[in-house]
Amino acid sequence: MPTIRYTKDHEYIRLEDDGAVVGITDYAQGQLGDVVFVELPPLGKRLSQGAEAAVVESVKAASGVNAPASGEVLGVNHALEETPALVNEDPAGNGWFLKLRLSDPAELDALMDEEAYQAYVQTLA
Amino acid sequence: MMNRPEHPIQTKDSARLRTGAFTSNRGLQIEEGLIFETGRPEVTGVDLDEPAPFQPRLGGLEREAPIGLPGLSEPETVRHYVRLSQKNYSIDTGLFPLGSCTMKHNPRLNEAMARLPGFADIHPLQPQSTVQGALELICELGRWLMEMTGTMAVALSPKAGAHGEACGMMAIKAAIAAKGEGATRRIVLVPESAHGTNPASASLIGFEVRAIPAKADGAVDFEELTARLGPEVAAIMLTNPNTCGLFERQVVEIAEAVHAAGAFLYCDGANFNAIVGKTRPGDLGVDAMHINLHKTFSTPHGGGGPGAGPVVLSERLAPFAPVPFLRADGDELRLVEHTSETPQSFGRIAAFHGQMGMFVRALSYMISHGADGLRQASEDAVLNANYIRASLSDLMSQPFGDQPCMHEVLFDDAWLKPTGLTTLDFAKAMIDEGYHPMTIYFPLVAHGAMLIEPTESESKASLDLFIATLRDLALAALGGDAERFLGAPFDAPRRRLDETRAARNPILKWMPPAPR
Amino acid sequence: MRYLPLTPDDRIDMLARIGAPDIDALFASIPENKRLAQDLDLPKRKTEIEVQRLLSKMAAKNVVAGSAPFFVGAGAYRHHIPASVDHLIQRSEFMTSYTPYQPEIAQGTLQAIFEFQTQVAALTAMDVANASMYDGSTATIEAVLMAHRITKRRKAVLSGGLHPHYAEVVRTISRMTGDDVASLPPDVLAQENLAGLIDSDASCVVVQNPDVFGNLRDISGLSAICRAKGALLIVVFTEAVSLGLVKAPGEMGADIAVGEGQSIGNSLNFGGPYVGLFAARSKYLRQMPGRLCGETIDADGRRGFVLTLATREQHIKREKATSNICTNSGLCCLAFSIHLTLLGETGLKRLARINHANAVDLANRLARVSGVEVLNKSFFNEFTIRIRGDADDVIERLAAQGVLGGVPASRLSPGQGLDDLIIIASSELNTDEDRAALASALQGVL
Repeated sequence: MPTIRYTKDHEYIRLEDDGAVVGITDYAQGQLGDVVFVELPPLGKRLSQGAEAAVVESVKAASGVNAPASGEVLGVNHALEETPALVNEDPAGNGWFLKLRLSDPAELDALMDEEAYQAYVQTLA
Repeated sequence: MMNRPEHPIQTKDSARLRTGAFTSNRGLQIEEGLIFETGRPEVTGVDLDEPAPFQPRLGGLEREAPIGLPGLSEPETVRHYVRLSQKNYSIDTGLFPLGSCTMKHNPRLNEAMARLPGFADIHPLQPQSTVQGALELICELGRWLMEMTGTMAVALSPKAGAHGEACGMMAIKAAIAAKGEGATRRIVLVPESAHGTNPASASLIGFEVRAIPAKADGAVDFEELTARLGPEVAAIMLTNPNTCGLFERQVVEIAEAVHAAGAFLYCDGANFNAIVGKTRPGDLGVDAMHINLHKTFSTPHGGGGPGAGPVVLSERLAPFAPVPFLRADGDELRLVEHTSETPQSFGRIAAFHGQMGMFVRALSYMISHGADGLRQASEDAVLNANYIRASLSDLMSQPFGDQPCMHEVLFDDAWLKPTGLTTLDFAKAMIDEGYHPMTIYFPLVAHGAMLIEPTESESKASLDLFIATLRDLALAALGGDAERFLGAPFDAPRRRLDETRAARNPILKWMPPAPR
Repeated sequence: MRYLPLTPDDRIDMLARIGAPDIDALFASIPENKRLAQDLDLPKRKTEIEVQRLLSKMAAKNVVAGSAPFFVGAGAYRHHIPASVDHLIQRSEFMTSYTPYQPEIAQGTLQAIFEFQTQVAALTAMDVANASMYDGSTATIEAVLMAHRITKRRKAVLSGGLHPHYAEVVRTISRMTGDDVASLPPDVLAQENLAGLIDSDASCVVVQNPDVFGNLRDISGLSAICRAKGALLIVVFTEAVSLGLVKAPGEMGADIAVGEGQSIGNSLNFGGPYVGLFAARSKYLRQMPGRLCGETIDADGRRGFVLTLATREQHIKREKATSNICTNSGLCCLAFSIHLTLLGETGLKRLARINHANAVDLANRLARVSGVEVLNKSFFNEFTIRIRGDADDVIERLAAQGVLGGVPASRLSPGQGLDDLIIIASSELNTDEDRAALASALQGVL
């Protein structure tokens, strides 16, 4: 099972062989409503932990997607430009936003794991 | 994250459309196509005589390709727009409870006055000697605005409220630069409850915006505010009464603290209707305030505009006012149009002189009401809002407790929670009862906000019917009648519209059908 | 009071339900020493009769454009408005309705905006237009800011043919935002070398056509240069009727087209309210300021219209918004649309030809007046003359004779050596007699 961590702002980061995949959680996409547009960062952009990496827009809201950890943008999910609905339909899979080369993997230790995040979401209900 | 969850739109309730109907018209509600579907390029509803042949002087830049504009005859045009108009709710239709918008009656006298040729048929660049009456009207409007607000100067050129905000903040920025603090004072503090135009206007002109939280009672947190004051703060933008419908009791202390810290107090005047004739912003320490003539002073909303947002200025800010402004020149009035004549002015924010058409309407309103009528209007506005509050407080929850409000009352969606229905559902069901919904999801400091502002234009009978309707809807929601809400509206010219589709695949103009 | 329906008995009943002893109890949150002890120092209420009397007296002190031979333009133009336009915009449901945030009960406004957007896109030959801005000058600065966002550069280059008020607005806002502006001096003869100033710092070039002096400019060459340097071409117009006869911004390579729509459907009104037109190439859609209306369907599958792409706006994005604009020009844009619907393509083109014909006739007559030189090689319905003498003085003397002869260029740009220039506009409302009157009055004072 790949390591996966969560932020309080409902971003996830999942370690894969070729980089760390970043997206928003199922809870987040439910809160946002139908996603209509995604603004992705350019390749090579350097982001520090907590900096705005992308913007996700629904009909009524625009929200920043922040980098859960510092790194360089290796790839972005161009499929979201044609089909932003992927964020709603499959947020953990095909609805991913970007892939980072982490500069300091230890930053992940401060984030919530699966259990902690689910418990956190319960408190928001 | 966002407090706007939406239920999926219920599709296919076409049983509500009569079977066996030929058109999809419903009585007086008539379906109307686009002018691009009903019009033709060769038709015109204006008779004009072709000029006699002549030698043009267009330098070879004549437009040759077809433009793509349809035309309709006069009868077709009138019918088209009359039919469209019948699909709109309006103040003239019924109570329009939009908080922060002040949807009061638009007196028709104002329309007649604005259309006097002496006001409507004069050009801004005619010699000033030929428009002294217009300048006199502008001067008189300024006098009323300054007297009502207790201020020294007024900038009349802003074309709307947001434009006025930018103007006021620019005057502040210029004043700060004149003190040599332009490089250091770069921060503007804005309450979380503020309207979005406040931070947008401030950042547009280069300030950095920081939010101040509200207290549990809905007021700005004075301790948090003063803790953030310092040599880097240029101004704070307050709305007073605030967007929760409450007067900021500590406004004078706030003004004193802000001034002591070398900063300025900007006031968003959107809610001025609550306090005209009862207190004056200038007396409270406000340095600049825009006034929405289309809110407090009854100029028509027109489906989205035009507005007007003159800005009153304190003595400290007056020298920085934009051009043009009026100056007395012996017996005559003169517009000062160039910063060369007034070097401290921060510049010009629009062509020409301001929204004259709205000035005439607003002044006509002010003169009609007079000092006594203006005060009465504010009192009735506040009375009406509190009457609604007192009549609904047992059923609908208020985020900051049940306390007297000013001209608008704020509810949240806590009372709806057990029903599974949202503020949006409740609002849409109001449409079927013949009401435009109140302001929803604003201010953001209340969850599922419902902001109701009746204005002074409502009779007691009108308020009683509105209250009874909301009570009926609230009881239905609490009683579990979800169906009334989830697919609403059922009876409006259109059902709920697919906004997701509109945003994912924007179609922003008519396109001719593709050839087969 | 005629606008206040509550009676004294109503107020008593209502206070009782609220549980307040009197109305002042509801104002208790205002600090006591700041509550006004008596009414404002302003006149008391007045009847309709009195208001009419007062305001009519003020109105009567103005020289009405329709009462004299009238040739004043320079950014606002006097045209015939068909009677049905003003009648239709005064329908309650248009005039007293709100921004269409509840689309189910605002389809009238929304469909009209959709039609307006289509008309403006067609008129300017651009891909997409918004629901209007306040006026041409604020539309221009919004276009400049949009170009900065798109190119990530912060310098605007302004033609010397741009209306001076428009240029001042761009410079004022740019000073506030810390952006650069390179403004060329007044370009009376359309001879400036704009291309030379376009470098890799420039986000946009702003050109007006017809320009403030009335010259028609072939901008196509400029558009190629802009493209090569990565700058956007912004084309401005202040006389919308010109688009019925003159090549449109989109046909000349504009990236953004902005202008003043007042000429169609809206009276002079001493400078406002007017209506700003804003159109752009579709690839720049998400950077466009202002409202946008889009087509969609409702729950019954019927076509309808909604405001869309609202996340660019201030009520959502707050500090990150593309602009702070909250209104469009609602009723003014409706008036524009109704008038343009009545005209149709045929009517607009004919109207434009009449305007040009009248201006050509006037220019020919004035050229024969000794002491007058018509400067423009080409123009639409407005041109500039050089006179022997001080233009300001001449205009005042013409006014004293009951002729509103035009705008001294120095009124727009003082201290720029333009003191002997007058900008003169002619529309379909000028008669032969009017034009003869101007020629002879000028003859008399020069």
